[in-house]
Order: sequence, then structure tokens, then C-alpha cells
Amino acid sequence: MIVGVGGQGSLLASRLLGNVLLAQGYDVKVSEVHGMSQRGGSVVTYVKYGDEVCSPVIEKGEADVIISFEQLEAARWLPYLKKGGKLITSTQKLDPMPVITGAAEYPADIIEKIKAAGVEVTAVDALGLAEQAGNAKASNVVLMGKVASQTEFDDKLWQDAIEQCVPPKFLELNKKAFELGRNA
Amino acid sequence: MKKLMLGNAAFARGLYEAGVTVVSSYPGTPSTEITECAAEYDEIYAEWAPNEKVAMEVALGASIAGSRSFCGMKHVGLNVAADPLYTAAYTGVNGGMVIAVADDPGMHSSQNEQDSRHHAIASKVLMVEPSDSAECKEFVKTSFELSEEFDTPVIVRMCTRVAHSQSAVEICDRVVPPQKEYVKNPQKYVMMPAFARGRHVFVEERLEKLRTYAETSPLNKIIDNGGDIGIITSGISYQYAREAMGDKASYLKLGVVNPLPVDLIKNFCAKYKTVYVIEELDDIIETHCKKLGLNVIGKELFGYIGEFSQAVVAEKLLGVKNEYSAFDGNVPVRPPVMCAGCPHRGLFYCLSKNKITVSGDIGCYTLGASAPLSAMDTTICMGASISALHGFNKARGADAEKSTVAVIGDSTFMHSGMTGLVNIAYNATNSTVIILDNSITGMTGHQQNPTTGKNLKGDPAAAVNLEELCKAIGIKRVRVVDPYNLAETEAAIKEELAAEEPSVIISRRPCALLKYVKHKPALKVVSDKCKGCKMCLKLGCPAISVRDGKAVIDHTQCVGCGICTEVCKFDAIGE
Repeated sequence: MIVGVGGQGSLLASRLLGNVLLAQGYDVKVSEVHGMSQRGGSVVTYVKYGDEVCSPVIEKGEADVIISFEQLEAARWLPYLKKGGKLITSTQKLDPMPVITGAAEYPADIIEKIKAAGVEVTAVDALGLAEQAGNAKASNVVLMGKVASQTEFDDKLWQDAIEQCVPPKFLELNKKAFELGRNA
Repeated sequence: MKKLMLGNAAFARGLYEAGVTVVSSYPGTPSTEITECAAEYDEIYAEWAPNEKVAMEVALGASIAGSRSFCGMKHVGLNVAADPLYTAAYTGVNGGMVIAVADDPGMHSSQNEQDSRHHAIASKVLMVEPSDSAECKEFVKTSFELSEEFDTPVIVRMCTRVAHSQSAVEICDRVVPPQKEYVKNPQKYVMMPAFARGRHVFVEERLEKLRTYAETSPLNKIIDNGGDIGIITSGISYQYAREAMGDKASYLKLGVVNPLPVDLIKNFCAKYKTVYVIEELDDIIETHCKKLGLNVIGKELFGYIGEFSQAVVAEKLLGVKNEYSAFDGNVPVRPPVMCAGCPHRGLFYCLSKNKITVSGDIGCYTLGASAPLSAMDTTICMGASISALHGFNKARGADAEKSTVAVIGDSTFMHSGMTGLVNIAYNATNSTVIILDNSITGMTGHQQNPTTGKNLKGDPAAAVNLEELCKAIGIKRVRVVDPYNLAETEAAIKEELAAEEPSVIISRRPCALLKYVKHKPALKVVSDKCKGCKMCLKLGCPAISVRDGKAVIDHTQCVGCGICTEVCKFDAIGE
């Protein structure tokens, strides 16, 4: 599951992963969010693969891995993680509107609390690394670099997927972001 | 070659491979990408029409002319196009005609959760329903053949999870059938009473033929795993059922959802001890079964509301629930918001500040209803803001006219808002209508429209001049404001509400997400000037928050629109 805030680029991330998995020979389904819920809201993309995938959606307690672009979203979607599942999250924090208006508080120590619940967490400063690569918007690809470092899929598949999914003028930037993520 | 494709992209590929030459649609989530993807094929003429009714009439005209044609829309769009649909059912087609309608169970991006199958039943046309991307492409191609064979428009019913999921699709070549000859045939195409009576007989005969076809259609599939449990289902619900039940049940997967087969269903039911009907939204298959006297279990378990999933099916049929652990603590909700730099924000801030009653409409600006702006009183359907304002003002009189406005986007105004404005001019209320002209159709992801000066393919096109149009309609007071200029915007609203005649304010500023819009550098808060008064938070800008009692601006989101500098009384925000 790829979770984050609308506008953070979860679509591109899920398409990268989907293409890698398809090239690896799996049956793949990727379920995306478009339209109103995309506008700065909590967004989730499901990527499922295996010999045969029927439903494109993931329910509570079903995800093997959650990739989160933002800390609060990691907390929100935690119930979707399978027992023993992994969380890879960016350390970025974005206040949702109820926090901005003062109606709610942003929870403290999210990553520590998730770890305390027995979840294997990998935290990455994806925003910092994306800025280092040249553009804050590339934090999605930084995170996918980190994901790549924890999977056994051949590097060429990732490079091909980036070339397929990213417009040529941003290719160099995204390849750099991917490298920074993988080595983080 | 297998390719990962969105259901909507696969649908478009089906249009291409089936040799479609004319496409006309109006954008609407989750249907939009079908037409966007179709437009990428040079061989297909594709356009955005001003609304779904126009789109369907264009497609029907192209079909009568002898070509294969298509129009696409979301579920509520089919209400707008219902008028031509119900008579296209009578005229039938010449070249094949396919209509996409995309339902939105769960209302991810819609104002209601209606089930489009009712339109197929009521108009008596063939409706098919795919369950993944590969089927989207295949069902579309088959639909064109069926359209021509049975002389009927064919509706392909999509839903959010099929339209917006990617799965593998086998790519084939395009085959364009020769254009059919156009022969003048008023008995078929002129639907005046004398001829329409004859065509109604044809419609009923056709429905019987389609029902016979449905009995043996290859689009309907039985997956027989033996056992005691049978499941009748269609579309995405089939995928949920299959994932939850696997080989523990047998399936009748209906690809043809109108008309429904009779013997196929009866024979299936006879084989299993317990038969469940799993269908999202309304109980159409279930009611059909019960009319046949079949003892099936459906809505008493599954209900009419929202989306299903494999977990829903597993819980209802097997009584099993997944285990999971929740986050230890409160997780604040994150509703969608207007983007940083959104031109609608300044306008809604002025409406909110002056406590104005707002008759709203459908688009990104519907988010003006959310806190902290909370500047919207009603949202009904495309175009309703203007007509409902007129009714509101007729009912409540002069006081309402001085404190109530309609807000509507440029694309929605072209879709069905302008007829409401004609009504205001013609039937005279001193109403104030605000057109939020952000130079694009925003919510559905930046589609061109008749005001933008470009067509779907991105080529230059005639542009409607909104000021001149409003004047021609009969509105004398028409003015343009820049919503980034709060003082100007607020003054205009107050003056036009006070005016003793109808008026239009065009709040004009391009969407901040448009590629050609140049952004200014992110603004910063001068910490020692900030008194922590939180005035800037009233704008509801996602880039502004408070840390340790002082406002801070997120440089990754801020586009330097500057309206926060206008509300800050301490001059604490600058470059």
C-alpha cells in the first residue's frame, strides 16, 4: 500500500512498482485515487501482485508492506498492515486542516509508537534527499529507491520502469532521487 | 504484448481497436481518462462537449452517419444525457454506438451514489459490465458488434475500482470497419409520434432478442467449483467474491447486466443449496431472481450503501474477520482541501468574512464548504447553483437578494449554468452570480472547455467570452475581479449584492496547478512580527500552520499567492 497526501506523487510511485512487478512476471493490480479525494486529502494506492490477483483493493490486516509519504498517514493506515508486515515511511510531516484550524493536534512520536506496537519500521528523510536531488517533489521516487533496496528485483527493471513512467526532462532528476533513496 | 493499463485506458484501447472514429464526452470522475486516452490516438476524432447531453447527441449523429462512435460520462452525467438516451433507444444505430457510464460506489468524487443500471432498464438498451482492464477492452469491442447486430446503443457500465485500477492487457491491432452507408429513413430516425409508435414495437422485440442473446452470451460466465454455495455477481463484485471465496463457491459472473438472462440464472440456482447475489448499490439482479421465484440471499446481508471488498464478502459469508493493530492515539482526519495558491480561496474568504449565504455547485470550489471557510450552503448538481439561487430569492425576496450569491466554475457554467442565468435575466431576480473562472476544468484533472481557447487535442479553438455572453443573456452588470486581491473582491461582492438588478462577478485567475502559471517564491513569516493571532489560519491554506505559537509557512507548498499578506495585520509575512 502506498499512502500519503494528495499531490505527493503516490500515482507515479505505484506505477513504478506496478511496472517492475509486471516485468517480473507477476499478475498485478494497481488501484489509484483520482478526483476530489486527491486534493490535499489522505490518499491511498493499492499495489497487489501474485500468481492471480482478483480484487484490486486491500483491506484491514492484509498489507505486507505500507509505504508512507507522511508520518500521520502511516499512523492512519497502520490497521491495514498484516501482522508482521513492514512499514517504510518518510519522516515528513504535513498538518491536516483540523490541525491547522486548531480543532485537533498532530500526534507526537508517531514512528516510536508504531515501532512500540511491534512493527518493523524504516524511516527515511525522503524530502531532504529529494531536495538534495534537486526537487522536493521527487520524494516519491526517493522512497521507491528505499523500497528497491529492500526487494530482490533486478535494478534494470527499476531503471526501465522509471524510464517508462517519468517524462524525459525529469529523468535525470528522478534517477538521482532513486539512487539517494536506495543508498539512504 | 501485455501492458499494465488503467481500466479507462484499456477502454480507450478497445475504442481504438474497434475502429471508432468519433468520440464526444464531458469529463467526470471516474470516467474522464477514457476520453483523454482515446484522444491520444491520432486516428480518433475526440472532443470535450459542453455537457453530456450534447456529447451523446454528437455520438448518435456520428452513428447515424455510419461511423462507430462513443460518448463517456459519470453516473450523474447520464441523467443529463437521459433525454437523448431514451430516444436513441428507439432510433437505434447505424454505425455501432457505445456509451460509457462510470458509477462511483462509496462516492469517492460524487454527490450521490446512484446505480446506472436503472437507466439501462428504463431505456431498454443493452448494458454490459467488465470487471478488470482486460475485460474493459474486450467488452468494448464486443459491444460495437452487438450494437450493430441488434441495432441498439450499448452502455458499458464502469465503476471507480475498475476504471481506476491498472491490470494487464493484451494489445491488438486496430480494425476499422467500412463506414456504413447513410440512407434517409425517417421511420427510424424522425421520432415524431407516428414513427415512434412503430419504433416502440421494435424496442420491445429487440429487448426479447437481447434477453435470448444473454442466455448464451460469452460475456456471461459460469465458474463451477461444485459444492453447496453459488454466487451470482457482476463487475468488481465478482473480483471481491472470487478473492474471498476462491474455490469454496461456484460463480455465475454476469457480463450482460441488462437484460438479465432467465434460464441461465434458473439453471445455475438449481445446482446449489444456497445462492447469494453479490452486487454493489441496488438490488437489481436480486429482484430479477426473486421475480423468477428463486430463493436467493442478497441485500439482507450486504446492504445498499457504499463499496464492498473481499473482506466484506468474507465476513458476511464465512464469518471471518482479519486481525489488525491500530495506532495508539488519536489520528486527526485529513479531508481534501483547496490547494495552496488556489484562486478560489480569496473569493471564499470574502464570502465567509461577510457571512453570505452561498448557493454552490460541482467542482474543486465545492471544497469552500469545508472548515475553516465554511462558505457554502447548498450543492446539488451541475448548474444548480444559479437556478436554485433564483428560486431562493423568489421565495425570500429582497433581503435574500442582498445576502445570497451563487458560485459556479467556468466549465460548470458552460455545462448547464448559463440556462439558469437566462432564467434570472428573463424572470428577473436581483441575483448575484459569481463565476469562478480558473481557465480550466479543475476537479477532474485539467480538461479544456469552451472558455479556455483550446480543444481536447490541445489545438487552438474558439473561446466563449464570458463577459459578452452574460451581457447577451441580458445581465447589464458584469464585472471581473482578481481573487488574489481581497479588497477588490470584497468590494465587488458588496456592491453587486446591493445593486437593484441582477449581476455577474467573474472571479478570474488560472488554477495554480496549471503548468503555464508562474509561481512566486515561497513566503516566510517574520517570527518577531508574528503575534500568533491566527488570522492567517482563517484562509484554510494547507501551507500555513502554527508551531510554538507562531505561524509558519511550508516552503514546499507555498506558491507565493500573497493573500495571507493581505489578512495579516502585523505585516509579518513577506518574501
